[in-house]
Amino acid sequence: MKFQIEDVTVYFPYDNIYPEQYAYMVELKRALDAKGHCLLEMPTGTGKTIALLSLITSYTLSKPSNPVKLLYCTRTVHEMEKTLAELKLLHNYQLQHLGPSARMLALGLSSRKNLCINPSVVSAENRDSVDAACRKLTSSWVRAMAIENPNVPTCPFFENYEKAASDAVLPPGVYTLQDLRAFGKEKGWCPYFLARHMVQFANVVVYSYQYLLDPKVAGIISKEMQRESVVVFDEAHNIDNVCIEALSVSVRSQTLEGATRNLNRMSQEIDRLKATDAGRLRAEYNRLVEGLAQRGNLPIGDTWFANPALPDDILKEAVPGNIRRAEHFLSVLRRLIQYFKGRLQTENVEKEGPVSFVASINAHVGIDQKMLRFCYDRLHSLMLTLEITDTDEFLHIQTICDLATLVGTYTRGFSIIIEPFDERMPHIPDPVLQLCCHDASLAIKPVFERFQSVVITSGTLSPIDLYPRLLNFNPVVSQSFTMSLTRDCICPMVLTRGSDQLPVSTKYDLRSDPGVEKNYGKLLLEMVSVVPDGIVCFFVSYSYMDGIVNSWHESGFLKEIMQHKLVFIETQDVVETTLALDNYRRACDIGRGAVFFSVARGKVAEGIDFDRHYGRLVIMFGVPFQYTLSRILLARLEYLRETFQIKEGDFLTFDALRQAAQCVGRVIRSKADYGMMIFADKRYSRHDKRSKLPGWILSHLRDAHLNLSTDMAVHIAREFLRKMAQPYDKTGAMGKKTLLSQEDLQKTGNGIQEMLF
Amino acid sequence: MADGQVMKRAKYKSSVKDPGVPGVLKMTRERLVFMPNDPNSSRKLNVEFRMIKGHKFTKEGSSKQALLNLTQDQGGNYIFEFDSFADRDICREFVAAAIAFHGETGKATSEKPAAPLQDEQLSTAEMEHRIKLLQEDNELQRLHKQFVIGGILTEAEFWATRKKLLDQNDRRRPKQRVALKNEMWSVKPFSDGQSNRVTFNLTPEIIHQIFAEKPAVRQAYLKFVPNKMSEKEFWTKYSRAEYLHSTKNVVAAAAEAAEDEELAVFLKQDDMLANEARRKIRRVDPTLDMEADVGDDYIHLPDRGLIREESKDAIDAQYEPYRRYFSQDLNQHAAVVLQGRVVDVELGDTRSVAEALTRTKQAELANEVSEGNFEKDLSHRISRMTEIEDLQGPRDPAVAPLCIKDPRDYFDSQQANALKALGDAGSGAKTFKCNVSSLEAYGSLREFVSEIRVTGLSEPITNPEVSFKVLSGLTQNISSTKYHLGKNPHESVLDSLPKVTKEDLLHHWTSIQELLKHFWSSYPITTKYLYTKVTRLKDAMSQVYPKLQEIKESVQSDFRHQVSLLVHPMLQALDAAFAHYDADVQKRSAKSGERPNGFV
Repeated sequence: MKFQIEDVTVYFPYDNIYPEQYAYMVELKRALDAKGHCLLEMPTGTGKTIALLSLITSYTLSKPSNPVKLLYCTRTVHEMEKTLAELKLLHNYQLQHLGPSARMLALGLSSRKNLCINPSVVSAENRDSVDAACRKLTSSWVRAMAIENPNVPTCPFFENYEKAASDAVLPPGVYTLQDLRAFGKEKGWCPYFLARHMVQFANVVVYSYQYLLDPKVAGIISKEMQRESVVVFDEAHNIDNVCIEALSVSVRSQTLEGATRNLNRMSQEIDRLKATDAGRLRAEYNRLVEGLAQRGNLPIGDTWFANPALPDDILKEAVPGNIRRAEHFLSVLRRLIQYFKGRLQTENVEKEGPVSFVASINAHVGIDQKMLRFCYDRLHSLMLTLEITDTDEFLHIQTICDLATLVGTYTRGFSIIIEPFDERMPHIPDPVLQLCCHDASLAIKPVFERFQSVVITSGTLSPIDLYPRLLNFNPVVSQSFTMSLTRDCICPMVLTRGSDQLPVSTKYDLRSDPGVEKNYGKLLLEMVSVVPDGIVCFFVSYSYMDGIVNSWHESGFLKEIMQHKLVFIETQDVVETTLALDNYRRACDIGRGAVFFSVARGKVAEGIDFDRHYGRLVIMFGVPFQYTLSRILLARLEYLRETFQIKEGDFLTFDALRQAAQCVGRVIRSKADYGMMIFADKRYSRHDKRSKLPGWILSHLRDAHLNLSTDMAVHIAREFLRKMAQPYDKTGAMGKKTLLSQEDLQKTGNGIQEMLF
Repeated sequence: MADGQVMKRAKYKSSVKDPGVPGVLKMTRERLVFMPNDPNSSRKLNVEFRMIKGHKFTKEGSSKQALLNLTQDQGGNYIFEFDSFADRDICREFVAAAIAFHGETGKATSEKPAAPLQDEQLSTAEMEHRIKLLQEDNELQRLHKQFVIGGILTEAEFWATRKKLLDQNDRRRPKQRVALKNEMWSVKPFSDGQSNRVTFNLTPEIIHQIFAEKPAVRQAYLKFVPNKMSEKEFWTKYSRAEYLHSTKNVVAAAAEAAEDEELAVFLKQDDMLANEARRKIRRVDPTLDMEADVGDDYIHLPDRGLIREESKDAIDAQYEPYRRYFSQDLNQHAAVVLQGRVVDVELGDTRSVAEALTRTKQAELANEVSEGNFEKDLSHRISRMTEIEDLQGPRDPAVAPLCIKDPRDYFDSQQANALKALGDAGSGAKTFKCNVSSLEAYGSLREFVSEIRVTGLSEPITNPEVSFKVLSGLTQNISSTKYHLGKNPHESVLDSLPKVTKEDLLHHWTSIQELLKHFWSSYPITTKYLYTKVTRLKDAMSQVYPKLQEIKESVQSDFRHQVSLLVHPMLQALDAAFAHYDADVQKRSAKSGERPNGFV
């Protein structure tokens, strides 16, 4: 369908539209017009992504003189694929209705591991070895050598790509990673470098958060994006955590050992170079006198992670004189590692700020703040000079330099925590030195400054006023949408008691109580016999899940559950979990039915949808609080209290509830879908906890469903499922339209707003 | 039915509690004979199956006896105990078949002993299948009785023309395959509490499950047994490994594995599973593929980002290969159950189960390699999945291939519809008039073929609309033909005839068809066997000929015309056959004049 929002003709690839989608588009358009940032919360299952994509692409189409570019950030690669699939649908529709003028280039961008098509490279085990294997074939000096000596292997795809030079372009269209690989194979061009190159010209780029937020990555990939771009962070409820992680580093004794090995190898290389090609080292020295190691005009194959500090914080100065010579720099690093080793030998937990840490380094080993700050760039330059290609071997020394640069750059918002052992296993010494970032606004600040519109959107952004504070920005639009339902297709319940009427909870004192485990087991057992197709269970942590599943196995619950459905479980191994999910879906597809055990805050909870028959019921066992004894968390809570006056308890509850809401929210995809959500913990019945759930869940949480026991929940489930099986009027009844057609929109015009709210 | 006998050791009992008399039970299609081992014993049995009207048996289970209880016509029963359930099951099936045979076709066969059969060895299953076919189809049974038992055709000849029926029926009704039990083999060992002995129970079903879930064990079995160790040693070793795992003592497991390399195979993590996982992950739906994130997420570099709260418990790297996670077993188990029973082998034979499983795995691998369309299918699926269902208006139903299982049934049932359509159309059958010369038709066919050669078969092969039109055309035509044949003179011709005549006619029609089929298929006559067959057939046909005349004459005069109309084509067909036969004989004798070494 096609309709007007003010001056923009919106092309929407479906025959109908939900009123909240329309409202969402209106708000989004206002933000774009105002060239400002916005914060939009809309429940899952209302087609957020397609609304967003169709508005922004239509906006671009309606203003051909000043096209905006869309940078769409997803948290995971599979979400990237989903987004691109929706975009493809939209693009096809627009092409149909507008013809060639609607053509655009949209592509997903990922690492070499996901894009490489050279079989000898891509067979490497992890991302770093793929990166290194690629560098071994594509670095400028390797290629120079290959010209002289044909026995030096190079990558045919990269060579072809280089040969094609400016002819190597992607024709307009929407490219998923799979499509990119297929295109690369067909043309014989390297899809990774092609995609990296095409990012500048693309109308829509879909990539991971890190490509914008992590300065190391953003420095190379996102630096050429123009200001007239719209940046979208989808599923952004965890964005503060991503920001924090982007600027955090930890060092263990293995890291230090590895770094020492790296240094030894580098000094050997330096000795060798001195004997054979002293001129090269001298050239580097001269370059450093003049300024920083030049980035930007490097051949594309040589690009490297950029500086871990943010671009605006890097001083445009020359490298300090005492680390310009390679040997001197190595000895500085050796002293630094020595210092870290000494610090790791502590027997007590230590915590300090970056200022005192830097002072202490200076006092003990004589490295000042400025030298620290240049560590990363100096290392980078040295490794290029030494022509090191197996970069995956040198991760340890990079980590050390990361830390040095960060600690030398920032004076606030960070803390250094040294723990001699894990709190939970005090008998095993495992010393770790962590540089933790507490201030989420640091990493995202350059994004807000560089781009004219940043859209932060998710199904759960409650309370919506907290995010601007955490991220330190001023949205021009901040709106939370409710869901207009045709029928009560979601059924949240709070289960406080088990079948024996005793309370259930994962609270610390009740957690390992066999009675609670039994009650949880009974609940699931009752539910598997009532609910068809897929059931998803979320537990508060891996260790809790392992414990309870094992005890269910021993007590025979698992066997009984298996009488009804197949059981799959998330593990720490992603490959296995992915295959388990694939099998789970297949089991739901064929009607066998299955249960999936997963972990809140785990990878599955982050991005896998359990819509339609893949999830008719979600059970959240317990409240997924963070591990409150963690020093990092405590330090962060302290920082939040001091800087934003956010109470610890409030933040923890907010964080736990947004995770819980996220877990259960995966069950709905559209209004034709339906699903139940059980919050199985007595703490959910308390008002202070419950009220932090997003409004669209709360509005369906009836008072009668606030304090249930297992038998009542089973009864409600039966009733609900029976009701959902009845045919219904999709367009909505009782005077409230929940599905709008093109005529509806034309008739009511802007009156929809009033109709909705 | 030459092979139709079964001989098993069994004990004959008068009641369940009775210890029974050991002996040999021999069963043929007609009767069962029990001969005690002790020739003096008086407990001999010789019973005709006609007298048996039912059978009961005990359920398979470890503690129960393998019993078979045959119920007699006049009350009273015979109880046999067998050495094993396998023996019992064979006998049970045989008895079931025999009882059924006697119940329905009993009269036919008991009147005349089955026609002597030639060199055809039939398995029990095949024979049962034939019997079943006969029972299900009255017409077939009558033909069988007339020709096979009548000695005109041999059993083999009779079925040779119905090979398709035999095969097809097999395929159409595949045996229902039992799914795998969704029950994990619990490694809880039974300990007697006094000694340190630990007992494990393994049944063929469990072994099958172990092989399916743990390819490394399967491989080890094929490698070690029976060259390196006996079956029993193998499973003892395996149980030992399981026991070690159940104690969750990784260090002990590693220590034992270091000493015993065969044990280590079971204790280590399953490499084959890991390889398989790596292979499968490439084919996984990209919207699920979390592995791709690991390759993308820069935060998951070592030492970068915050330490996750969940850290694996620290463990020395050397013990890592000996760790076993319950969750892994759980997933693997569910995956195997989901896949279902992939092999169709008798579970008792461990080795063949292992080999069959290995073969299916290899076949799977080969399939994956050859599958080219996979990526296309996947992207198609994804695009379907991304659509929001209720925003999209109703879409055309997907094209499904048409499959009519029983055409006759279908067209009969469509009669009403066809008539209705006809009624709408106004007057009677509408004929599609197509004036296409054979040349034109040939040309267009050639065009189609060459087009298919170039573009390959498109999906769907024909335009659904066209197919539908053709189908409804056919339906109308065929269904109404029957109607019109009868209805044109306002009533079916056949229905107006006396019942006896009608049945006679139909019967002759089918038998003539059968005979003619055999007759024509025997030409050209190349062997003596065929020659005798043709002669036999000719004789049979010439017997039918006067019968038809008889029918014609026996009916009342008002029907005579119609009957003769019906009989006419039959006679014509027969005449043609006779003419061909005569011509052939003449040719043959002419030839044999020249060549005395001819067949005749």
